[in-house]
Amino acid sequence: MIDAADQIFVIAKRLLLSLLMWAPDWVVQVVSSLMNVAAVLGVFLVLFALISVFERKILGRIQNRYGPNRVGPFGLLQPVADGIKMLIKEDIVPRGADKAVHFLAPVAMVAPAILALGVIPYGRNMTAFSIDAGILFFFAVGSATELAVFMAGWSSNNKYSMLGAMRAIAQMVSYELPLIITVLPVVMIAGSLSPDQIVAAQNGYLFGLVPKWFVLTPWGAVAFILFFTASLVESNRTPFDLPEGESELVAGHMTEYSGFKYATFFMAEYFGMFAVSGLAVTLFLGGWHAPAAFLQFIPSWIWFFLKLSVLLFTFIWIRGTLPRVRIDQVMKLAWTFMLPMAFSCLLAAAAWHYISSAALGWFSSLLIVGIAYAGLSKILEARKHLSVRTYQFAE
Amino acid sequence: MGALEAVIAVSIVLFSLGLMAVLTRRDAIFMLIGIEMMLAAGNLNLVAFWHYGPHPEQMTGAMMAIFAMAVAAGETAVGLALILAVYRHRRSTQIDQLNTLKG
Amino acid sequence: MNLLSILPFAVIAAITLAGALAAAALPNLVHAALSLVLAFLGVAAFFFLLGAEFIGLVQVIVYVGAVAVLIVFTILLTRSDSGRPGYMNWGGVPVALAVLAGLLWALSRTALPAGQAGAAAPLTVLGIGQTLMNQYVWPLQAVGVVLTAALVGAVVLVMEEKR
Repeated sequence: MIDAADQIFVIAKRLLLSLLMWAPDWVVQVVSSLMNVAAVLGVFLVLFALISVFERKILGRIQNRYGPNRVGPFGLLQPVADGIKMLIKEDIVPRGADKAVHFLAPVAMVAPAILALGVIPYGRNMTAFSIDAGILFFFAVGSATELAVFMAGWSSNNKYSMLGAMRAIAQMVSYELPLIITVLPVVMIAGSLSPDQIVAAQNGYLFGLVPKWFVLTPWGAVAFILFFTASLVESNRTPFDLPEGESELVAGHMTEYSGFKYATFFMAEYFGMFAVSGLAVTLFLGGWHAPAAFLQFIPSWIWFFLKLSVLLFTFIWIRGTLPRVRIDQVMKLAWTFMLPMAFSCLLAAAAWHYISSAALGWFSSLLIVGIAYAGLSKILEARKHLSVRTYQFAE
Repeated sequence: MGALEAVIAVSIVLFSLGLMAVLTRRDAIFMLIGIEMMLAAGNLNLVAFWHYGPHPEQMTGAMMAIFAMAVAAGETAVGLALILAVYRHRRSTQIDQLNTLKG
Repeated sequence: MNLLSILPFAVIAAITLAGALAAAALPNLVHAALSLVLAFLGVAAFFFLLGAEFIGLVQVIVYVGAVAVLIVFTILLTRSDSGRPGYMNWGGVPVALAVLAGLLWALSRTALPAGQAGAAAPLTVLGIGQTLMNQYVWPLQAVGVVLTAALVGAVVLVMEEKR
């Protein structure tokens, strides 16, 4: 019974496919893939709607006010109102804009985000498309997002859009490297590029209580923090949302888009957040595994979405709490701090795995990461002069 | 026409399109686009011969393609840096205006 | 070779060559760069057809994600007005056509091994890694040196001169 609840979607899909027993092989394959795609899209569109209202409510609570609470009970029908508004808005295209590129930019932005959602394992046997080099596929489609940002900024024929697009591309390209290199230790330890295998490598519990997730190792914790920060930058979220800073560039590369195209950009940003949070859960937080051996009766997909919600809540929490970072500070952080720290994670993972005595392996891995962090902080702060903070109040 | 001939024919057409871009354009960036196309056509050729040739388990063609891709990326970076440096001095990327060494 | 195996090949070939032709012939620089991206995606699809999935994915990451972004950045930073008449030197087209004809003639005269589809062993990442580290370790180090030199060179070239 527990197993049936865990595999309920797999069993449902098998039942639906058995209705097509009479069809040739390739028809069954195509229909099976289409069902996977429909399931992923359906779930994440609903999640997108819920997240848009929960973000506003959580931000409101952080800022000591209610969020939207007029439409529906507790404001939960707000996405419906938002959707209707976006659909009936007039679609304005600037006169000097490049029509074809202006039209294609939102499409090119949302397609990679949806593609990336297809390789993440959502539960036991519940990956939409199980590719052998799944992590590589994820980063390949992620790098296509930068071109879409350029297309949006260029085709608007607007200096501020162009500035926003340039900043966004510079940011995204700089942080691709830390993103990929922090994933390298995980791939090295798990021995495979397939997300299913990486989740399977985090199976098991130490002493029956502590799960063997990669985030609970010294190198894994640091790699997770670096990956999380890099994913904040890749999705252009505060504190790294300078390209679309509302107080600076109106909406950056999305300024000249209205109505449904703006909604598509919005959706692309959130889908990117979902994809990269899903990857973080898969790589570091143990995928769909339960945190303790006695909690395994709860279905695997519930654990995955629970962990995903925790990460998304952290995204929103950071947005409500931290101020924006300047673009040169962003770039300096990437190249001088995150890159060397990511390489030290790689060394620490190797030490953890290959030193024969387990305790010595843990200790040396902790030592490597600690020395790298202390050394980098010392070197990078050498030029800062922090004076005593003085307050000036109006008298 | 076998499958190998078809793929080689496609890579030949791609190569000559890249050659046309290099020979007919006046802008340095277009020439770089043409060079990238030619390199991609070469990679396609290598992988096609790896797939259809003898001893595919030795992966020679695939390895050459990977190295060629790495070197192409490095060469593009340097080429574009050169174009930027020249633009800074001459305010133009049209190659017929970059003729100070002539004569 | 039935229709089902020719159709993907024909579609991908059409997309790739259309993108390459547009990249070579369009007057607008940004349109040409974006058609080049289409051509690169077509070549990556060819790699997938030929059973080299890893190389196809690396092609997308390196060419579409890095080379195309570099080209686009350079277009941003150098305002070139290449849409003027006289943007193309039509004398190059006969040369390219001559090269095309010559190469196709050479192809038709060569006896190539009969293409057995699917005879190649699948290209696994494990296999590539082992081959790289065992047979090709010196080329790997050499490529590392070359890429470092390219990185340093590119940074030095665009660095602002000290007044």
